[in-house]
Amino acid sequence: MRGKLELTLGPVFYHWSEERFRAFYAEIAASPIQRVYMGEVVCGKRMPVTEATLAACADMLLDAGKTVIWSTLALPASARDRASLSALAASEDEIEINDLSLMANRGGRPFTAGPLLNVYNSESLSVLVERGCRRLCANIELSLDALGNISRQHPGLDLEIFAFGRLPLALSGRCYHARAEGLHKDACRYVCDLDPNGRHVSTLDGTEFLAVNGIQTLSWGVQTLTHSVQALKQAGVSALRLSPQAGDMAKVIAAYHAFTDEHESLSDLHKRLAQAALPGPLIGGYWLGQPGAKAVG
Amino acid sequence: MSEANRVLIQPDSKVPGLEIVAPAGSPVMFRAALEAGADAVYCGLQDETNARNFPGLNFSVTELTLAAVEAKRAGVKLLVAVNTFARAGGFSAWQNAVDTVATSGAYAIIAADLGVLAYAARRWPNLRCHLSVQAAAGTADAIRFYAETFNVRRVVLPRIMAVSEIARLRKDLDHAGLDMELEAFVYGGLCVMAEGRCALSSYAAAGSPNLTGVCSPPDAVSYEPSTGGMSARLGGYTIDQYGVDQPAAYPTLCKGRFLMDGIADHWFEDPVSLNAAGMLRDLRTAGVCAVKIEGRQRGKAYVSRVVTSFRQAIRDLDQTEASRPLALSDLAEGASETVGAYNKKWR
Repeated sequence: MRGKLELTLGPVFYHWSEERFRAFYAEIAASPIQRVYMGEVVCGKRMPVTEATLAACADMLLDAGKTVIWSTLALPASARDRASLSALAASEDEIEINDLSLMANRGGRPFTAGPLLNVYNSESLSVLVERGCRRLCANIELSLDALGNISRQHPGLDLEIFAFGRLPLALSGRCYHARAEGLHKDACRYVCDLDPNGRHVSTLDGTEFLAVNGIQTLSWGVQTLTHSVQALKQAGVSALRLSPQAGDMAKVIAAYHAFTDEHESLSDLHKRLAQAALPGPLIGGYWLGQPGAKAVG
Repeated sequence: MSEANRVLIQPDSKVPGLEIVAPAGSPVMFRAALEAGADAVYCGLQDETNARNFPGLNFSVTELTLAAVEAKRAGVKLLVAVNTFARAGGFSAWQNAVDTVATSGAYAIIAADLGVLAYAARRWPNLRCHLSVQAAAGTADAIRFYAETFNVRRVVLPRIMAVSEIARLRKDLDHAGLDMELEAFVYGGLCVMAEGRCALSSYAAAGSPNLTGVCSPPDAVSYEPSTGGMSARLGGYTIDQYGVDQPAAYPTLCKGRFLMDGIADHWFEDPVSLNAAGMLRDLRTAGVCAVKIEGRQRGKAYVSRVVTSFRQAIRDLDQTEASRPLALSDLAEGASETVGAYNKKWR
């Protein structure tokens, strides 16, 4: 069995302000996380707005000795989106691919297959591995059993899982923030910046349910783990991805660090997370092959 | 791709070159589609390998083989959807489905999973392959990847694209030297999310559109009395509420009513269905060669009426400047229709 589970940080899904981004990545620079995925994954319209800030933050992280992986847009729509993706696909740096548009121009250079790709089985993964995939961050719908099956067919591949954060459930052509504000997507005034953890959607009888973030729909609940370090390793998991949320990410990182490095138990992890001002309750149904919203504990 | 494999499409506006692709959830529905004048009919097998895996729906292996014979005799293309994503460790079911399609005499397979596409291309290189809408391939680069890797010949376009974007895509494909056929949905249920990129249903209830071919599955649905009426629930979550005198609709998650900032509304999508009959000319001009009708679960009367209406509408395209609206709104979900994303304002 391989060594410690690695902690990684996923790309920020939300449209944060420059100040929030800078403060957040300064915190990450000082954290034990070594591998950081950055980039606008959700909405191409945001890219020109946040690009310079993210590039500056990436430089800061590189100076702090971190590995920075550029994570790509999941649903390229405009000509500008497509052009920027082609440029990324052609780059020599390792990138995380979230849409297969990039495969045509990747030319076998190494990449991480992101959680927004539909890789549900080892046969699909083989297609990507033959073309340069070195690491998979698994699709959120996969159970731990399914992950075990996939990793057994790909023993040398790094397997990362979406271990913390609101789950990225769906992408649309329509912007829900614009719709909620009575605006058109093409003249959205970037109203998604009003909600640093997404805007809450509850059922008519008041049960908290989902969160919308521009064209993305996320879970209300916050994903965590339902298995011990040993069980995760047995399933071939080598890294845990923490997805940034506005709130106390330092406490979240400390909780996972204690879980992976100091052998704290799963219930200790859940207890620590409960202290971290999370935007919703802890969930973990997908790991068990159950509805994703299923509460933990 | 060899030159012999290429199908050339002439986007000549004088030629009514729009193929009607009709749904068949059963052999009876298949025959109704044939009789109504469909150019192609699509169906699936009776298991989790297709995205309409509902009880009592779809074709047995024998029924498929018989349908393939009938379709050939009628000069109609039979397309078979093996378009869910294969379960890890369960790939043999998808492999069997591909083998069944390849040996049935069907015209083409419709698939989305990279592993399924790879298997089909390797094991059955002569089997014509269409890329399912579940693959959500909306850029020339994505389509080029599927064409070069698996010899995909037709792409069913994501329902979130505007007509102007389809026209642009056609140009990009031409520029890349790809003679790819484009098929677009024009009628029936409307996904507001990018198909194949939506886990809303599996978040709330067991099963998954991507993995087991069910969205908002019937066995997770309940109707329960609530204050002043009825709640339609999915996996215990209230998707909509109705007054005592109101008919309760099926709780499809993205068509539900929810609270945002305390305001109740259909925040994702109104309970409408797609009717792009008025945009057939635009779609054809944009470079679409086949138009698809959703609704394998809807039965023979539905397919008969919808195909007949679209047959007429396509015939009319070169007769009159303005297309006649189709009188089909009684078939629509929630009895109202939309052109969806084809009109950019939808966003």
